[in-house]
Amino acid sequence: MSLRIVVTVKYVPDATGDRRFADDLTVDRDDVDGLLSELDEYAVEQALQIADEADDAEVTVLTVGPEDAKDALRKALSMGADKAIHVEDDDLHGTDIIGTSLVLAKAIEKAGYDLVISGMASTDGTGGVVPALLAERLGVPQVTLLSELSVEDGTVTGRRDGDTASEQLQAQLPAVVSVTDQSGEARYPSFKGIMAAKKKPVQSWDLSDLEIEAEEVGLEGAWTKVESAAERPARTAGTIVKDEGEGGKQLAEFLASQKFV
Amino acid sequence: MAEVLVYVDHVDGAVRKPTLELLTLARRIGEPVAVAVGSGAENTASALAEHGAVKVLTHDAPEYADYLVVPKVDALQAAYGQVSPAAVLVPSSTEGKEIAARLAVRIGSGIITDAIDLESGDEGPVATQSVFAASFTTTSRVVKGTPVITVKPNSAAVEAAPAAGTVEALSVTFSDQATGTKVVARTPRESTGRPELTEAAIVVSGGRGVNGAENFAVIEALADSLGAAVGASRAAVDAGWYPHTSQVGQTGKSVSPQLYIAAGISGAIQHRAGMQTSKTIVAINKDAEAPIFDLVDYGVVGDLFAVVPQLTEEIKIRKG
Repeated sequence: MSLRIVVTVKYVPDATGDRRFADDLTVDRDDVDGLLSELDEYAVEQALQIADEADDAEVTVLTVGPEDAKDALRKALSMGADKAIHVEDDDLHGTDIIGTSLVLAKAIEKAGYDLVISGMASTDGTGGVVPALLAERLGVPQVTLLSELSVEDGTVTGRRDGDTASEQLQAQLPAVVSVTDQSGEARYPSFKGIMAAKKKPVQSWDLSDLEIEAEEVGLEGAWTKVESAAERPARTAGTIVKDEGEGGKQLAEFLASQKFV
Repeated sequence: MAEVLVYVDHVDGAVRKPTLELLTLARRIGEPVAVAVGSGAENTASALAEHGAVKVLTHDAPEYADYLVVPKVDALQAAYGQVSPAAVLVPSSTEGKEIAARLAVRIGSGIITDAIDLESGDEGPVATQSVFAASFTTTSRVVKGTPVITVKPNSAAVEAAPAAGTVEALSVTFSDQATGTKVVARTPRESTGRPELTEAAIVVSGGRGVNGAENFAVIEALADSLGAAVGASRAAVDAGWYPHTSQVGQTGKSVSPQLYIAAGISGAIQHRAGMQTSKTIVAINKDAEAPIFDLVDYGVVGDLFAVVPQLTEEIKIRKG
């Protein structure tokens, strides 16, 4: 029986560039370079490894986002995913995390799935709650924040390293999994992979395909509202000394002056 | 006065500091009603009452330890149904965020995660967040349903404010999903005797410049002289010199201590994302051009193996 894996990915502003807010206090995507969220590459990698182990598996990458988000899908396809789904609709502009989870869940259901794999968080919003939200909406087990995982005979097992303990988890498929950056290095797309990706199918769905009303999403439909966004004032330049044998003592003096010692 | 539900993070009845901070913030919005579940839940009552909880709802069942996250969501939802609060506050741990998110969907509410401050506003609580590697500060509100907000550790100073703290048993019916993900084994983290990284007032982190697992002893000695937690950059973790659970940065933990000392860390954007909101930042690095020096209140350009031991020694002398 075929194993259907859906990987959710996000197109995010490049963290090494200048990230900004637009006038409506949504993330400025027009004037900023974007890319596949680095943490989602780990999800794609795990999906490909699980598919390799399975007799018969198909890896679909799914994103919700503007036209440019296709770049994130192309990257995942060039790594080796089989096909892609792009949910794109002008009414999605400004959708918050609850709305995004609604759209993703509907799309995952429409696509059909046995296993959903997500990154631990996006590198822009960094909330890290979409996988739990998807499990809640889909009514399937969440097996999240895994640093190791395997899928065998319809069971997913994995290791979750929490604040106070490391846990070994187990759940039956279908399930939603999220993986950390410790799950295994993501592969680089090969030249062959990049060429092959150009021929792979990318389906486009809009809100009507998912039977979602415009009022349920977007800036107007959002469950939260950003009221202000202010650039943090630049730090005033600190004192920098060169160690000429007394650097540690000078630093101790500074810490004492700040009452840390 | 409106009631505010506060989810309690505790280990066998010992309340973790971020929950006490949360009670302080909750009092700005209304009367805190604490929800404590799992082994030792009842033992949390006195600490919670001392910090302002007017009521403590408790429940214990094997499900909390044997299955992941969902039993706790069921409990919080039961408390929500009993109290009808004006807001629900949860500590921003990885698990706390997952619990809060699932509750938000169930009760048809919006969620704000990783708030660093919380104020009462005309139209409900206003949350401050630090975003884009702390380069922006935003304020947001939940506009649909009952605000569900998770708050990062070190967002408020703990204040004692004795309250009734009446203990009541919470009645919880577990959902079908509660037993979906089984915890088949649990290995408690070995205690280092040092403060927990995200809660610590002082953090000392080592990076690529530490150059080897055994050299982290230098970092640990400095941390111990200050009563600090030890962190590591991703480079140090990827090299296997220090455990991932100590990683500070975008893909690890985000810390916001009173004092952050970075030794042998250049300050890549991913690391800065996890420490830039620290109150005072100090760096020691050989490379005068390292981007970390743009952030510091005090920086020493020099070899960490000369500077750090001298610093540790000097602190010990000053502390007597």
